Amino acid sequence: MTPAPPPGPPWWMKKPALQTLIDRLRADGYEVLGPRMADGAITLAPLTNLAHLPRGVRDDQQPGRYRLTMADDGGYFDHVVGPHSLKPLVFPPRTTVLEVLRVRDGWEYRTPEPPQPKRAILGVRACDLHALAIQDRVFLGGAYRDPEYAARRAGLFLIAVNCSRSAPTCFCASMNTGPAVRGGADLILTELTDGFLGVAGSDRAAPYLAAVGERPASPEEQAEAAAIPQRAAAQQTRRIDPTTVHDTLMNNLEHRRWADVAKRCLSCANCTMVCPTCFCSTVNDVSDLVGTHTRRQRVWESCFNEEHSHTAGGPVHPTTKSRYRQWLTHKLATWIDQFGTSGCVGCGRCITWCPVGIDITEEVAAMEGGRV
Amino acid sequence: MPAKKPRLAVFKFASCDGCQLSLLDCEEELLTVAEQVEIAYFLEAGPADTRGRYDVGLVEGSISTPHDAERIQAIRAQCDSLVTIGACATAGGIQALRNWGDADEFAQHVYARPEYIRTLATSTPIADHVKVDFELRGCPVNKQQLLELISALVWGRTPRLPRQSVCVECKRRQVVCVAVARGVACLGPVTQIGCEVICPSYDRECFGCFGPKEYPNLISLGRRYQRDGHDTAHLTRLVRSFNGYAPGFRTVDKVLAKNNHAYDSQNPSPPA
Amino acid sequence: MTVLPPSPWQTIPARVRAITPEVPDVTTYDLELPGADYAFRPGQFNMLYLAGVGEVAISISSDPATPQQLRHTIRAVGNVTRALTRLTAGDTLGLRGPFGTAWPVEAVRGHDIVIVAGGLGLAPLRPAIYHLIRHRPDYGRIAVLYGARTPADLLYAHEYDWWQAADIDVQLTVDVGTPTWRGAIGFVTTLLAQQPLEPARTVVFTCGPEVMMRFVATGAVNRGVAAERIFVSLERNMNCAVALCGHCQFGPSFVCQDGPVFAYANVRRLLLVENL
Repeated sequence: MTPAPPPGPPWWMKKPALQTLIDRLRADGYEVLGPRMADGAITLAPLTNLAHLPRGVRDDQQPGRYRLTMADDGGYFDHVVGPHSLKPLVFPPRTTVLEVLRVRDGWEYRTPEPPQPKRAILGVRACDLHALAIQDRVFLGGAYRDPEYAARRAGLFLIAVNCSRSAPTCFCASMNTGPAVRGGADLILTELTDGFLGVAGSDRAAPYLAAVGERPASPEEQAEAAAIPQRAAAQQTRRIDPTTVHDTLMNNLEHRRWADVAKRCLSCANCTMVCPTCFCSTVNDVSDLVGTHTRRQRVWESCFNEEHSHTAGGPVHPTTKSRYRQWLTHKLATWIDQFGTSGCVGCGRCITWCPVGIDITEEVAAMEGGRV
Repeated sequence: MPAKKPRLAVFKFASCDGCQLSLLDCEEELLTVAEQVEIAYFLEAGPADTRGRYDVGLVEGSISTPHDAERIQAIRAQCDSLVTIGACATAGGIQALRNWGDADEFAQHVYARPEYIRTLATSTPIADHVKVDFELRGCPVNKQQLLELISALVWGRTPRLPRQSVCVECKRRQVVCVAVARGVACLGPVTQIGCEVICPSYDRECFGCFGPKEYPNLISLGRRYQRDGHDTAHLTRLVRSFNGYAPGFRTVDKVLAKNNHAYDSQNPSPPA
Repeated sequence: MTVLPPSPWQTIPARVRAITPEVPDVTTYDLELPGADYAFRPGQFNMLYLAGVGEVAISISSDPATPQQLRHTIRAVGNVTRALTRLTAGDTLGLRGPFGTAWPVEAVRGHDIVIVAGGLGLAPLRPAIYHLIRHRPDYGRIAVLYGARTPADLLYAHEYDWWQAADIDVQLTVDVGTPTWRGAIGFVTTLLAQQPLEPARTVVFTCGPEVMMRFVATGAVNRGVAAERIFVSLERNMNCAVALCGHCQFGPSFVCQDGPVFAYANVRRLLLVENL
């Protein structure tokens, strides 16, 4: 995508003004999605009212553990990232890439028209914006581009929020992907004690900001806002060194740690499924019994599944060890060779949502310090 | 252009008939199925020809009597391709709980005239007795997978029956993980996909109806749940249900006991 | 409205013109693409599609100079390839392609070329052989070293005389001989070891089982051929063929896009890692 224009001047707005923003976006044909409490987590779901936001809810995240705690007071965005990223909105878990119809003398192959929903996402975090930029490179940056991704991506209106705290699983500060939002969003909000500070990140956001902004933010308010993500960054204890991790992993492809992690790893694929950048998919035929109509269906796939590396001579990655190594080396090392950026944004979802709490920062740390 | 119209038979062993009903449950598709395959033997659906050879035999149920053990050999010889359907046929079913108990004693308690009962000491999967070509997992089997199987047979291709975890489908459907977000002991990470994640969708844990996934790492998952304070007896019972006797789940008691031992030796005084 | 890119999954119809049994389980399908503007380079592959069954990546085995006479030599081992055996002349199937990198036949003009193939690995090399024959004066010495399991498994046997007549040294070997077999028995690497070659002007193209290619490449390097002038064709799980699905990754490469033909120098290190 084109680089974001430089942020405009910051405006101060009252908290209820967020409702005006939601209403205006809806009036302009956007479905508004944002953080909502459901099933014991902060999910990404449609919302129409400020009251739908999880005010005062915090998420306690640890390896393999996620719990919500409530407070009577508190902000609308006191939580960090939940199980859902933007990924399914642009890269649907299940979609049809080709329709195949029986015709008189053979088959007709039809590319379906991809849907182009207009969606405004409220409360997007810096790590997820970086993840989207990474997916842009994967799906739109190569010789062949994905039309459905392009259609869905073009319909997104992104309202980012600076993180006011970090979960113990967050390590975006070390990956240079957060917690402060540096671009890639239409509108950037920071939640202050009694209002929001808003900055336009794109030309199309300007009218919205004008509608909800009360006055230019004071220098004190700007200083307060700037300190918020800094404080969140200072809370982070996990880290990966993005400048050395490529060589750490690629020089240790036979490290004994791979066998060690394979004993703990369930090869259940949860890490790849919650990862906001993992893009593996498989196209399968779904046909009717008569054989007149077949859909070529693309579904999310994972390098932890046997089918992923299938060849006539057997799977290339037959063991959990080889699959975990494929995942971690791709995410943190060969992704850089392929796309010029890391595949990891330090959101920590793979750590939180691993049922046995495998921590990629720990696995990398175990391999630092040379060959074993 | 279908390869040919396959001749299909459905055979029943020790089971509740639920998987055969799944076939009848394909109401909309049943007429099409009947056009595409010749259903030569299917007691649940009415009388039919019981002799001859079949291209495909669908086998429901487990081997639990001496007579079963003989009959499956004859059926195998009659069928070019043998497909087991459901947890009973693929893993021995809920009735395989007897494998860890005393079948004679159970018979004494259950039947008024136990001397009429001729049963084996164990309930075992079909694959323990004859070669099986494909397995349809589940308690009961999934209707879509059943149609996929029939469609594959009609079109002469290998059925697509993924062996990955239930978690993959939970995530595709954006279902929040009950193990991580609720601390519930869920068998999803070691269970094969195919059920359309009904239980986690309703905020319940996975009960392993589709049996072990490829490489079910019970050791690691069990250790995690044990450390989180889940009772070993509860975990054993969770795994020992419909698919308890499936290879991969069968030794759960030993796995958990070993974990307990390792845990105790690492942590002399574990938290209460 | 946003202008959307064309779909990489769009498939075009191909008609089966002829089906030729080659060796046991291996068949060549001649395809035509009605109305399609189509060209390929030697070593590239197509995705062949059968409705209701699926898609499979197959190397092109015909002459790049006559792309309208497209041929694929296929072993019936998988879902789609077995279903292909039920096709008859006149049937149609779906096709996407061509995809992937090619044997660098233009860049290596003036060199001696040693082609080393095992089993079905000769199929993706045949377009290169045709190219070399067509432009024979542009190249130095050319040898084709080919090994198969048994004499009956030697692919394209009826063409060897023609290749020889075009001044190509064709050397054959089999794992298991027959009473009438007069040729060599043993590994194709032995044929390579016996080849007279001038390392400085030699280029090696090899395709076959990965373990064979490793030995061929190591053997060539030991004879003094630079790893940069040894080319291998790798097989991975090609599902989308357009570097979007992630299945065929090999270290930093998408084999569908950055391969299947690689300079050995670029993959040597990773080829030694098991299950990578």
